[in-house]
Amino acid sequence: MFEQFLDTILKADFLFSIIRITAPILFAALGAVVAEKAGVVNIGLEGIMSISALFGVLFSYWTQSWLVGVLGALVVGVLLGLLIGFFALKLKTDIILAGIAVNMIGGGGTIFLLYMFTGMRGNTGALVSQNILIPTINIPLIKSIPILGESISGHSVLTYLAFILVFLIAGLLYKTSLGLNIRAVGENDQAAQSVGISVLRIKYIAIGISGALAGLGGAFMSMYYSQGWNSGMIAGRGFIALAAQAMGRTEPIGTMLSSLLFGFAQALRTKVSGLQGVSSYLVSLIPYVFTIVGLVLYAISTTKKVHKYRQTQAEAVEA
Amino acid sequence: MENDNFIIQMKGISKVYPNGIAANRNVDFFVKEGEIHALMGENGAGKSTLMKILFGLEQPTEGEIIINGEEVSLTSPSDAISRGIGMVHQHFMLIPSLTVAENIVLGMAPIKKGILIDYKKAVQITEEVSQKYNLNVNPNAKVMDIPVGMKQKVEILKALVRGANILILDEPTAVLTTQETSELFKELIILKQLGYTIIFISHKLNEIKQITDRLTIMRGGKSMGVYETASTSEQEISRLMVGRDVILNVEKDKSQPTETVLKVRNLEYTNKWNKKMLDFLSFSVRQGEILGIAGVEGNGQRELVEMLFNLNTPDSGTITVNGVNIINLPQDKIRDNRVSLIPEDRMTYGIADAASIEENVISDRYTEKHFNNGPLFDMKMIHKESDKLIKNYAILCKSRKQQVKMLSGGNIQKVVVARELSSDPILIIADQPTRGIDVGSTEFIRNKLVHLSRAGAAVLLVSADLNEVMELSDSLIVLYGGKVVAYFDDTSALDDTVMGEYMLGLKHQSPEEIERVCHE
Repeated sequence: MFEQFLDTILKADFLFSIIRITAPILFAALGAVVAEKAGVVNIGLEGIMSISALFGVLFSYWTQSWLVGVLGALVVGVLLGLLIGFFALKLKTDIILAGIAVNMIGGGGTIFLLYMFTGMRGNTGALVSQNILIPTINIPLIKSIPILGESISGHSVLTYLAFILVFLIAGLLYKTSLGLNIRAVGENDQAAQSVGISVLRIKYIAIGISGALAGLGGAFMSMYYSQGWNSGMIAGRGFIALAAQAMGRTEPIGTMLSSLLFGFAQALRTKVSGLQGVSSYLVSLIPYVFTIVGLVLYAISTTKKVHKYRQTQAEAVEA
Repeated sequence: MENDNFIIQMKGISKVYPNGIAANRNVDFFVKEGEIHALMGENGAGKSTLMKILFGLEQPTEGEIIINGEEVSLTSPSDAISRGIGMVHQHFMLIPSLTVAENIVLGMAPIKKGILIDYKKAVQITEEVSQKYNLNVNPNAKVMDIPVGMKQKVEILKALVRGANILILDEPTAVLTTQETSELFKELIILKQLGYTIIFISHKLNEIKQITDRLTIMRGGKSMGVYETASTSEQEISRLMVGRDVILNVEKDKSQPTETVLKVRNLEYTNKWNKKMLDFLSFSVRQGEILGIAGVEGNGQRELVEMLFNLNTPDSGTITVNGVNIINLPQDKIRDNRVSLIPEDRMTYGIADAASIEENVISDRYTEKHFNNGPLFDMKMIHKESDKLIKNYAILCKSRKQQVKMLSGGNIQKVVVARELSSDPILIIADQPTRGIDVGSTEFIRNKLVHLSRAGAAVLLVSADLNEVMELSDSLIVLYGGKVVAYFDDTSALDDTVMGEYMLGLKHQSPEEIERVCHE
């Protein structure tokens, strides 16, 4: 059985599915990073993904263009992010509650919206046709390399975008003045305000970007991954993204690595559950066990680092 | 009025907060160009509010502000900055994870290629301004890694880079060492010579005398007038600040110590960074005396107090109160043994800041029978108790229902003191009991401690304020490196130069002399 297991995971298609499964988590996790850096907790990622996913399908169906669908999902994501911002920053509700409200709309409101717009119940099966799904790209040269080519070529446009965004977001946060302002606001908003930065504006921008990224994650889910929208399709990815952001220490690269870890765990679950003689209940635990083990390892390494830092500080004081 | 000489004119400023508290009442505040002007007053006198208004952080309810002869409305710090006003806050407004250069250009970062930050340019700006004003900072260091004195320089540079020609410094020396303070004063003099106007908020008389040209004194939200520093005496200033002549010396008769209450023997503690903080520490405190602990901060005082109230556990040694071992005893049981603590960090250990005065003062006694009616509180009794304490301890507040965090520093400390001293303690641990509070409250608290010790309580006073510890204590020990290095059974003849030598570890007494503090 073990050999059978090794055979399964040592194949190019396993690596391919890790990347595919990671992408939507990564979009949302990057959204969580940007919001968190500005000191805003966007717990509504799950709901934003679900609603954007629905609108992605609807826009692409109405215009028969996948690109308009993706852009529509992005805009809806931005609007929902700003909506959370409006409630939390302007009307001073608790931002966690605002996020939960969006998540609930994502669960129940979407079904209503779908019925209102199309008369369909529960899913968009009949709306989707091949030409309005996000296209895939074969990378010239690389695709002919054995194993590597099979696993990293042939993904959707959005999959590549997710990984490119890791570096764009890192550049945004660390190389631009907007990023500097975002980090300043998140760390000490009074200090930022005292030098004339509009804290409110920066927070709106950050949560807007966060919503845009979650919106792309939603579009990825309905217009590529599941090839259509159905209720419950996001299945906790928005929350896993928050875990990935925490585990990645709210840094873009770290968050990409932790998202890949979750992608790996999900892919492993899919593969192992196909094997004979393994309890499917046990297998479905894999991603969650990974989450817990990952967070424990993260906590241990942080504690050690803090300890070491303090020791060097204490030595410096004595010296 | 002839006002071309005034760079700032704040006329008839009033500020009433939505909760009804009037922080400023018809205040006039005029500052001349190129002077160092002190703004003085006790905690809660309204200095900070007035400065927040000048920096655009608060809007006045009434009054007008004229800067450089032009009437202005300052609705945000950016408005104030654009008028040439810069503020160095008491709690630094810096981003710890960013570098010095990034902090200095924050909100106005130089840009290259359209969107990217030009970090080299930021470093260059920092170096230029740092040289120009002779304020040395390391542009590439992260703010979290630099010492407090340098953080303050960064704050001053931040204001100067933004074109400030009026600097507001809010109690700038509160966080500085003596050496850093004299360095700061030199820098401020240079800035004054360059034509900058400086507003210096403080309640330290000697500093004000040393550096300022004129001073405005505030009391109870009102201005008590403007004075030339050179021609105003310290007694005059303190009279204007508190409205009566402050008795700087506490009046107390000679102590007559009786039974030993607190016995600390061979206490040892090594902290988690492997530094020995308490090294075979032994001493006793007797009924009827105030034993002071002097020492430069960081020589084991904090650890000792933590051990005395079971906030930390020693590696070895014993602590007994009237024969009862209190190591590892829960705090309520320690209190059952009639021990009280006035903690150093009053906002964390002394009070619950969002709770009312009433809730805070009964927090150690709400389980007592006479405050309860079966499962419910007897609110009548509780109101009676809290009103009594508010009156006896002269807590300045609107009512017993007021949130403690709305009070001034001195009144917050009075809430702590009211609770701790009214529980009939046999041992009072007073850790920095008057730090950062106004003269009036300080005097009140000191007198209370003397009064209780004469009535039979044992008082252990820990204070970084050498005057306080020397004036208030009957006998005194000096801590250095976690050890008692000197014991004086009579403080009246002590001289602060000698104290300094013990505190800095230049001298220590013989073991026999030190052992006398155990009274065995």
